[in-house]
Amino acid sequence: MDVVFLSRLQFAAATMFHFLFVPLTLGLSVLLAFMETRYARTGDEDYLRMTKFFGKLFLINFAVGVVTGITLEFQFGTNWSRYSEYVGDVFGSLLAIEASVAFFLESTFIGIWMFGWKKLSAKAHAFVMWLVAIAGSLSAIWILAANSWMQHPVGYAIRNGRAELTDFLAIVFQKFALLEMFHTLTASYIFGAFFVMGVSAYHLLKKNEVQLFTKAFNMALVVGLVSSVLAFISGDLHGIHVAEVQPAKLAAMESHWETAERAPVFLFAIPDEENETNLIEIGRLPGVLSFLATHDFNAKITGLKDIPKEERPPVLITSLAFKAMVGLGTFFPLITLLLWIKRKKLLENPLLLKIMLFSIPLPVVALESGWVLAEVGRQPWIVYGLMKTSDAASPVAGPQVLFTLIAFVIVYGLLGAVGYYLMFKNAKKGPEAA
Amino acid sequence: MELQAIWFFLWGLLWAVFFMTDGFDFGVGTIYPFIGKTDTDKKTMISAIGPLWDGNEVWLITAGGVTFAAFPAVYATMFSALYTPLMLILFALIIRGVSIEFRSQIESPGWKKIWDACFFIGSAAPALLFGVAFANIFQGLPIDGDGIFHGNLLTLLNPYGLLGGVLFLCLFIQHGALWLCIRTEGDLQARAINVSGKSWPVVLVLTLVFVVSSYFATDLFKNYFAQPLLFIVIIAAVVSLLGVRFYLKKQSFFMAWGASSLTIVLATFFGVIGLFPTLFGSNMNPEYSLTAYNSSSSPLTLKIMLGVVICFIPLVIAYQAWAYKVFSVKVKEEDLHHGESY
Ligand code: HDD
Ligand code: HEM
Ligand code: HEM
Repeated sequence: MDVVFLSRLQFAAATMFHFLFVPLTLGLSVLLAFMETRYARTGDEDYLRMTKFFGKLFLINFAVGVVTGITLEFQFGTNWSRYSEYVGDVFGSLLAIEASVAFFLESTFIGIWMFGWKKLSAKAHAFVMWLVAIAGSLSAIWILAANSWMQHPVGYAIRNGRAELTDFLAIVFQKFALLEMFHTLTASYIFGAFFVMGVSAYHLLKKNEVQLFTKAFNMALVVGLVSSVLAFISGDLHGIHVAEVQPAKLAAMESHWETAERAPVFLFAIPDEENETNLIEIGRLPGVLSFLATHDFNAKITGLKDIPKEERPPVLITSLAFKAMVGLGTFFPLITLLLWIKRKKLLENPLLLKIMLFSIPLPVVALESGWVLAEVGRQPWIVYGLMKTSDAASPVAGPQVLFTLIAFVIVYGLLGAVGYYLMFKNAKKGPEAA
Repeated sequence: MELQAIWFFLWGLLWAVFFMTDGFDFGVGTIYPFIGKTDTDKKTMISAIGPLWDGNEVWLITAGGVTFAAFPAVYATMFSALYTPLMLILFALIIRGVSIEFRSQIESPGWKKIWDACFFIGSAAPALLFGVAFANIFQGLPIDGDGIFHGNLLTLLNPYGLLGGVLFLCLFIQHGALWLCIRTEGDLQARAINVSGKSWPVVLVLTLVFVVSSYFATDLFKNYFAQPLLFIVIIAAVVSLLGVRFYLKKQSFFMAWGASSLTIVLATFFGVIGLFPTLFGSNMNPEYSLTAYNSSSSPLTLKIMLGVVICFIPLVIAYQAWAYKVFSVKVKEEDLHHGESY
């Protein structure tokens, strides 16, 4: 069995699984901090019970997020040792900083939060949740700086047969990193908001704890509206930057074959990579791709045919992932805006509540699609323009990787099933009596 | 001291602190099925480490991250060479973490049995495996010039490796039992005291056997003979182990636990000092060995990371010490019925 292929599958499975839980941690921790602050300020018991209720769901989610992160920290060494050796001078420090700056803060204070209800004052306890929320976003920022460097390497020089760091700040503050951080964080806050709205909608439909869940819904609605608009805007800016630095990814995103001015976008298209064309093209919007990539309808956009075959990413996956993300990314601001307009009469609108209930998983679908687009679209490079994925794997035996891949799928499958079952069960049960 | 040497000892220190902190979590999990007789006992034991285990585990993540940042070639070679044992450790840590969180979620004996078993395996297996891995690192592994490992899991399970595993396991059992002495009361505490007392002579004998076999199985003593003052570290490790006994007799559990923490740190440093400057030695050809000097990052990276560590690690220690202070009180029966426990 091919070690590179197996390692890719394993890495994809491990990161994508981790990322099912991480964005909810990021988003929900911020909402919990808001809820608990409201309680500490006003003494309104509804906010306390709300915090404890969503806090319980948060902790289950957090546990799965944490344990799946540990494997990732070591996978670069176990499965991508050639990569680690070549770029470790630049890349390793970002991971180490993430642990010492963010993970310690987050995991120490989450323990205090969980066990400290009677040991700390209400204000101090709410403050601890803020620390957890900030630490979560900080950890995301560092790991995303690392990922952005793989997408667009800067601040390094090739010396002693490897990439060596020359400018640390250039890596952390490069445009790609700032965009990726802003876009991923705002997208994660959408997930937190949709989760709270969806669970609240379930109880509002049942007329259960109406007062409490109306408050929760409205609070999440504000966060949801703001963050989905921001994710939309930052996604647009991100697209322009990708067009500039990774033309192959852009062309693959839109399955755009021929270099052309006034390049079109299709609402739906299925690419045929063999014959370098699209099998199906529906809803042609001329000039829109040029506009999305440059904010100019007439700009010239490089097509895939002008990119050597061995440097093209898989077009089908990349383009479908992009369409899914953008479709959902347009839906989120629209639905939250509608909800905002109707916010006073929510209870008379069971249809809207039902939509929100069933929308709970949509943000995470968009988030995962975004990552598939970013990572698959980067192929065949592991570090764009610098190192090929095929040169990056460890010199380990295929069966070893196959065996652990199977173990991952089984263990993670069980974990996910149990984790979601427990969250589902607790979410349905509703808050404890005061 | 050169940057590389500083980083070598920081690297050792991070592992030592990881063993010192998460070590008692592993110990508690290992004795859990044996001294946790009732469900209340079990909940108390899990709650005794509940607020702290995750923060402790981050020392492992940091040790891994720092290996990557400061010695990328070691990170790459060590973790791909030790692929299978490391994966086993990671899977064990995964099931430990979730069993702590999941166990209390459903009140059914069958459900709890599953997670009890996972908690035990997830704690005992890493304790043993880390010992095996480190003993093998002390000994050197069959690594060739391309960093390829010429062996398998059985190569690692040699007598010296296994001795290291058993030593770690027993050290952690004692360490965990002492932590339980601090945080529990009544019958459960009596049982924890009993385990601490009984494990002590075992740990003492194993430590002495390990030191003596290291003389025959490894080159660790080379640095000690070159610089005899260093023998203080070994003597101090034994003295602090005697301290465990002394304080246990006096029933001052916090001091006994402190002495046990010191023993673990010094025992780790016994090996780290002996290894210097080798991080990952090859027993095929010493030229293939990865040392602090031939595997380190560039000076710039080492400097930046040193700045980060100097700024943030003291801060981490400060807030973790505060958390330890808040949570070194007894876990009471009534606590178990509130949201504040597992
Ligand atoms: C709720 C999630 C979500 C939503 C609604 C959107 N995105 Fe997104 N997108 C992500 C979640 C995400 C992500 C998972 O967070 C990614 C992966 C890497 C990254 O930076 O963010 C991403 C990546 C990503 C990339 C690739 C960047 C790269 O190659 O690294 C582009 C071009 C866009 N997005 C563009 C958009 C546009 C134009 C959107 C507006 C409709 C949009 N995204 C909405
Ligand atoms: C700092 C963060 C990340 C880094 C450093 C990183 C790095 C990598 C590496 C080394 C690979 C293997 C080579 C390859 O096949 O492309 C990979 C692939 C992949 N990653 Fe990421 N990744 C990160 C975050 C994520 C996240 C959060 C996700 C999504 C949940 C993700 C999704 C994927 C997928 C789907 C692949 C497989 C692509 C393919 O095989 O074609 N990555 N990434
Ligand atoms: C492949 C790259 C990645 C690695 C090596 C990695 C590593 C880790 C580790 C070791 C943990 C556990 C920390 C603990 O014990 O407290 C963790 C959790 C976390 N990671 Fe990742 N991670 C990766 C990708 C990502 C990405 C892309 C994000 C954000 C956008 C992210 C955000 C987080 C957050 C917020 C947590 C803490 C809470 C939780 O797990 O739910 N990670 N990660």
